[in-house]
Parts: sequence; C-alpha cells; structure tokens
Amino acid sequence: MQYISNTEKDKQEMLTAIGVPSFESLIANIPKRLRDFELKIPAGISELELDRELDETGKRNKNFKYYIPYIGAGNYDHFIPAVVDRLALRGEFITAYTPYQGEASQGTLQSMYEYQSLMCELTAMDYSNASMYDGASSLAEAALLALRFGERKKILMPETVHPEYRAVVETYLSYAGSEIVTIPMKNGALDLDHLKKSLDQNVAAVIVQHPNFFGILEEAREISDLAHRAGAMLIACVNPVSLGVLQPPGEYGADIAVGEGQPLGNSVSFGGPHFGFFTVKEELLRKIPGRIAGMTVDKTGRRSFVLTLQAREQHIRREKATSNICTNQALCALKGAIYLTLLGKTGIKKLALLNLSNAHRTYERLLKIKGVKPFSDKPFFNEFAVRIDKDRDALKVNLKKHRILGPLDLQKFYPALRSSYLFAVTEKRTGEDLDQLIQAVDA
Amino acid sequence: MSELIFEKHSLNDASWLPKLEEPEAAILKRVPKEYLRKSEPAFPSLSELDVVRHFTNLSRKNFSVDTNFYPLGSCTMKYNPKSLDSIASSTSYTQIHPYQDEEDIQGALKVLHEMQLFLSDITGMDEFTLQPAAGAHGEFCGLLITGAYHRSKKQKKTKVLIPDSAHGTNPASAALCGYEVVQVLTNAKGHVDLKDLKSKLDDSVACLMMTNPNTLGLFEEEILEIAQCVHKAGGLLYYDGANMNALVGICRPGDMGFDIVHLNLHKTFAVPHGSGGPGSGPVGVKKNLVQFLPAPRILKEKDRYFFEKTAPSSIGKLRSFYGNFGAIIRSYAYIKALGVEGLKGISENAILNANYLKTKLKSIFEMPYNDFCMHEFVLSASSQKKRGVKALDIAKRLLDHGVYAPTIYFPLIVDEAMMIEPTETESKETLDEFVSILRRIDEEIDKDPQKVLNAPHTTPVGRIDEVAAARHPNLRFKPPQGSVL
Repeated sequence: MQYISNTEKDKQEMLTAIGVPSFESLIANIPKRLRDFELKIPAGISELELDRELDETGKRNKNFKYYIPYIGAGNYDHFIPAVVDRLALRGEFITAYTPYQGEASQGTLQSMYEYQSLMCELTAMDYSNASMYDGASSLAEAALLALRFGERKKILMPETVHPEYRAVVETYLSYAGSEIVTIPMKNGALDLDHLKKSLDQNVAAVIVQHPNFFGILEEAREISDLAHRAGAMLIACVNPVSLGVLQPPGEYGADIAVGEGQPLGNSVSFGGPHFGFFTVKEELLRKIPGRIAGMTVDKTGRRSFVLTLQAREQHIRREKATSNICTNQALCALKGAIYLTLLGKTGIKKLALLNLSNAHRTYERLLKIKGVKPFSDKPFFNEFAVRIDKDRDALKVNLKKHRILGPLDLQKFYPALRSSYLFAVTEKRTGEDLDQLIQAVDA
Repeated sequence: MSELIFEKHSLNDASWLPKLEEPEAAILKRVPKEYLRKSEPAFPSLSELDVVRHFTNLSRKNFSVDTNFYPLGSCTMKYNPKSLDSIASSTSYTQIHPYQDEEDIQGALKVLHEMQLFLSDITGMDEFTLQPAAGAHGEFCGLLITGAYHRSKKQKKTKVLIPDSAHGTNPASAALCGYEVVQVLTNAKGHVDLKDLKSKLDDSVACLMMTNPNTLGLFEEEILEIAQCVHKAGGLLYYDGANMNALVGICRPGDMGFDIVHLNLHKTFAVPHGSGGPGSGPVGVKKNLVQFLPAPRILKEKDRYFFEKTAPSSIGKLRSFYGNFGAIIRSYAYIKALGVEGLKGISENAILNANYLKTKLKSIFEMPYNDFCMHEFVLSASSQKKRGVKALDIAKRLLDHGVYAPTIYFPLIVDEAMMIEPTETESKETLDEFVSILRRIDEEIDKDPQKVLNAPHTTPVGRIDEVAAARHPNLRFKPPQGSVL
C-alpha cells in the first residue's frame, strides 16, 4: 500500500525540471556509510489484508462489547452518543493543524473558545486553556505553576491521589528545585491532622484529588481553607462528570483545577489519547501553560477567534516559556466540547445522578454478600472500594467466568491494602450486569 | 456573525441518556449536602440537530489536508489514510482498559511491542518507549534520560547546546530540565557551524539537540564529525524527529551517532494532526540508555507480551497509562500497510516534491540556501518586502486561493522566511498549481498591492486583530448578568 499521487512519468518530468538524472543525485551529500543498511520491516500489504490482520490482533483483547467493565481508576466506560465521533472525525477537524492561521481555522478556534467556556462553567473557575496531554500531566503542570508563582518550594500531595498521577508529578518536578511532601491517608481520605501539621511558610500548594483515587469525597472545603490560611494554593484534581452534582472547585476556592477529560466523550482506548483540562483563577491567567483561544474582531469588526496570550508559549519565549507544551490533545477536547453540548444543563446533572445512583446500588448489593465489607464509611461518587475476604485467585476466576472485567485489585498500587478492590460503576451498567457481578462475587 | 453554542436555544432534554431509576432526592441523599453543587453551570441548550449543524458548520470554516493543499513547513501535513481511522475506532481497540489483566489485552500489547521494534528498525536505535504524548513531551523524556545518564556516571552537566535554527520546544524542554541553553550558530551554507560548536563544547555540556535535516531543510553533511566531537566532550547527541519525513528508509539517526531520538508520529507516521493533537512522541535510545526509559516497558517472551515488573533506574512516568494508544495504532497500521518499499517511498517522494517546488520557485523568490534540499525548504520574501509586501501578506493571500499558508518567520535566522513542505502525498499537478498561484500573487504586488496587503478576502473572517485579542482577553463566554439561559 502506498499513498503517493505522482506517476512515474511525473517523477521523471520533475527530475528533468530539477536538472538531475536520478533521485540519488538529490541526496548525494549523505555520507555513503549511512546508506548501508536493510530494514527488517516486512513487505507492505493491501488495505484488505491490513484490516484482516488488525482484526485478528484485536481478537486477543477482551473488550467491553462482550465483557462487563467494573474497572475505572482514571478511565471510565461512559456512553458516547454517535454524534460525537461523527462530528469530530470530520476531515476538516481531524486533518487540520494547530490553528496558527486564524482566518483559515475559525472552526477549530471557535470550538476551542466554546470548550474553554464549557470547562469554566463546569468547574466554576475563571479561565481554561485549550487542553493538556492528560489528567496526570495537567496536575504536574499545575504544581509547576504554583511553584513558579512565588518563592515557596513545597508541594503537599496526599497518598489518596492516583498513584500514576503522583509518579508523573514527581517526574515533572525532578528539576524544579522543590520538595514533594506526601500526606498519608486515614479511612480512605487524606489525613487532615497530618495536613495541618505539614502546612508551613514554605508550602506553595496543596493537591487534592476529589473524588480521590478510591472514589471517596475529600473534605475539599476544609482542605481549601487550611491551604489558604497557610498562604498556599489549592490544586484540585477532579472528575468532570462528578461536577454535575458535586461542588465544583471554584465553589470551594481552588486556585487551579485540573483533571482527566476522558469521561467527556472519549473512549477508554487503553488509556489514550484523551485530554487533560486546566483551569485557573483569574490572577494566574498569564502564567498558565498551553494554548488559549480568544474572541476578537477582524479588521472590519466581524467576530473572530484567534490563539492569544502567546507570549507565554515556547514558539515565542523559547527557554523562558511557561511550559514546553506545543501539540496538545485538541481533537479529544473537541469531543469533550461536543459531548458537553449534547448533555446541556439537564444532561450533565442527569449523567452525574445516573452514575451516583448506579454506583451506590451496586455498593449496597455487594455489601449484602458474606465476606464483603466496607473499605471506608466516607461518601463516594461513582467509584468505591470494598474488602472482599475471599481467595484472590478464586475470585478472579469467578469474575472472568461471569464476563466481568475488573475490579482493580488495590494491591497493585498499595501493597498494604490486601483483599481490597476498587469498583467503577457508570450509567452504562445495567441491572443484568449487576446480577452477573453479584453472582460472580457471591460464588 | 458566528453564533456561539451559548447564543442558540432549542430543546435539549438529554433523552439519549437512560431514565433515572430512583427519584432525584433519593439519589442525592447518598451524599451529604455540603458536598453538593450550589450553582448550576450555564450550559447551552441545543437539540441534537442543532448540535450537529453547529459543529458541522464550524468544521467548514477550517482548512484541512482533506480539503486543501497544506504546505506548512516543519509540520508534515501529509494525507492521513482513512483506513487508519477505521482501525483505531474498532471496539477491539477503543473498548479496552489499561488496567485489564495482561492475558486479556495481548492484542494491544502486541501492537505496542511490535511498534517499538518497527521504530527501532527505522531509526537505527536499540529500544523505544511509546509513552510520550507529543514531540515536546518526547524531548522532555529524552532530556530526563540525558540527566539520568550523566548522574549515573557521577558527571555534573549544566548546559544543552541547541542550534539557532531550532524549534522553540527544544530550549523550553531544556529549561524544564534545569539546563542552561547555549545557542550554536548556523554557517553560511545553512549548516551547524562546526567551529562554533567546537568552541562551545566542554565537559559541562549534557547534550546537543539537533534535527537532521535541519529546519532549513538541509542535510547536516558533517553529522559524523559532529557526533564524534560531542561524544568526545562527554555529551550525548539528541535527535529531534520533527524532520524524520526526509530520512525514512534513506538513512538512520542511530547510524549517524545519535544516542536519543524522538519521533512525531503525527508528522512522519500519518497520525492526523486533529487541529493540534493528539499526537504521539515515542523516544528511542541506544543500549546504554535503555535502563532509564520510562516505566513500564513492554516485553515479549515466546508468544506472551507483558509489562516489565521493575525498573529501578527508570526516569519514572511521564503521563498516566502507556501513551496515546489510539494514535500509536494508526502509525502501526500505516507502517504495516506501507511495508519496507512503501516506507522508502515516503522520503523519496517527499524529497523529490520539495526539490521540484524549490526549483520552480527560484525565479520568484530569493533562496537563501541553494543546495538541494531534503523534504522541505525555506525561501525568503525579502525581495517582495522591498516591493512593499511581507511574507505574512503573501501567506494570507494564499488562503484566498485555497492553499493553507506555509510556516512563516521561522526559522528565525532567515529574513521574511517562508518554510514550505509539500510532503510525499501531493501530486505534481497540485505543486504546479501552487507555483502558478504564487506567481500570480507576485505579479499582484505590482499591479494591485492592496489586494495582497488586505488579504484574505474569501475566508470566513478577514485579517484578525491579534493585538486587541491579547490586550483585551476575551477567553470564555459569560452569560449576561441576570439572563436566564
């Protein structure tokens, strides 16, 4: 398979026009010894063969069409209405570049502006950028922003934050000259007493994930007040779907609110591509990373959209930029914008209620099974942990037998948490799914 | 005027979602009141038809590869085969979770593992990670590996050398890793100035970051000597893969002496740019650096694929999960479809197209560097500027002819730079048409300069007031006070 448009005759004419006898003459300046190699990649195949082969490979994945996922931990199996992909996969969106030439990119730019507006409304924050790579790198960039804002050098990060997010924050901060202080957990939530003791004059920001990795609601309001009293910022990492019913970060005073945008119209896709959202209070606007679209006018006064505040960015500021980010996850954010528009005001609440209801009914039924005990008594949204006092391997076999994927065995990330499992329950799980799950766990 | 989603109104009852099975109050009772939202988000209310119409009409205001010639230098706006979209959208790949048991995701792991091998083969490196989400993320990864390497040797390195023609992400990534950035000059031929490089190389240099071909589209002929000098000084050589579209099947960064390579799958390997992402920025390294790659690596034993359990020297994680899988699988399928011959065809045709265009445009524009180019070239609109029209004006006027503008004012070292990359997928006919459009614009400069200076005329909006946008930022819709949405 090749995707070349020139015929042999075209190529010959082009070589003649250039004035060389062969293609080799064009690259004669490449040292000979660099030309001496053979690629091991096999010969090409037709589209038909490609399709067949990738189909075969795909069969080695157990997918949600035939199995029932009760697994979340950062990526969630939500329903995506057909409209989302039909629109986002239009060639005019998917094969356009970053909208540097505004006049030829009004579609992307306006949708970015609308995305930013939707995210500000959802989080109750003042401003949003146009997207980051994912939730974890957004959180890391938020910590860098907090460190950049003043002289303080400490970031307080609870153990209840997604372990992979914590790892990414550590990687990003390797050279920031900062110190990350871990706040331990108590009863599935961050230990408030420990937080109080750790807050001092050198703390730039407190991170809170809410709902946290265990699905548990943190005491965001109190954590926010504690952080601010100590002169530190609050960085909230939130699940966007939860904000249909839960208090948004702007309402409890977060300075920066970030999170994983996947639940908004993006399929799980083995963990990516998705998008990170990044929103801030007004005073931080000019220090935020990434692209931002703004509304302005053209020379005749017509409403227009353009990339703006670019003096923060790498292509202008080079080593003095607020971040090195260039390509982001625009198309995933567009899917998010379309999805939120389809939800509308009624839908975002309904979606959150469906998740809340499904998760709690699942929790309540699981707890009726002998050997299943609560992990914590704290409130949760659409994800929860329980202790299951059963043989780990037998439980796994039973779940598989009932076509259940997940839950997440918490020992994967917290070796001390034995026999504890994390369940995610979205609006997609039906009564029959739940019956299957109960049978599998009760077997 | 282009209405916002917030300015249109029709019925949206969200009936695509199932009905609640419990009363709202009963559901909400599960969460203490103080955790609940007080304000409602001022979301739009639009019926499904109106949502479809809104975004479809927005899409029509974009130029794209599917609709327009897009000779945007350094961005490799090639055709993105539709078969790749279909494969990436298949439920076998979209409906799987990163934390499923290894035995239940063997297909996905096979794709990732084979992709690591393909990319190692194409670049001449020993191992790859697919975790970075984009080029700049790859640079960050590569520089962290550089740092880890020098630390393991107990060497203190403080500087990163970067040619003055480099992309802005190079210095920005170096700064993120705490390095001081030192610029290396370009010589009169448009190559890295070896003398200047040598004068800046000492034992404080962690690495030299380079593209080859460089951002002028020229092959760095002295690359073998450059590699030798950098290594002799104890530094590493970093390859920014932005321009890899020139080298596929022709030569390999690994053979040139590069220690670390990042690729942009959204350039060379046909992942659509998506209006600015998602991309994918895999990083390849030589054997001595494998231990530092981000965790977890994907390994194979007999017929089984699995994640490496421990990686004590790893730089850690750069993002959650394993990378932009949906982008990686597109490139994987692309490489499989093309095969070894098709891969060679990429760069051969890209180089031929670029040199043909360059030859044709010589009679219209100044060419600051006359040698044969690789997959792209930079011309200068300096003679047009003397006649009163800048590169920016020409770029905008091209839009009226249905051609997306080339990259302008980059690289920074060329006056009135216009960087043109036709890619391998365009036909001679399209290139000839492009030349004739540029010729007409050049003639217009003398006949009707206002037409060029005030361009574009046919796009949904005219020239945009960027200064006003930055001075009075309007970055989100705010519902008018007291309005009911």
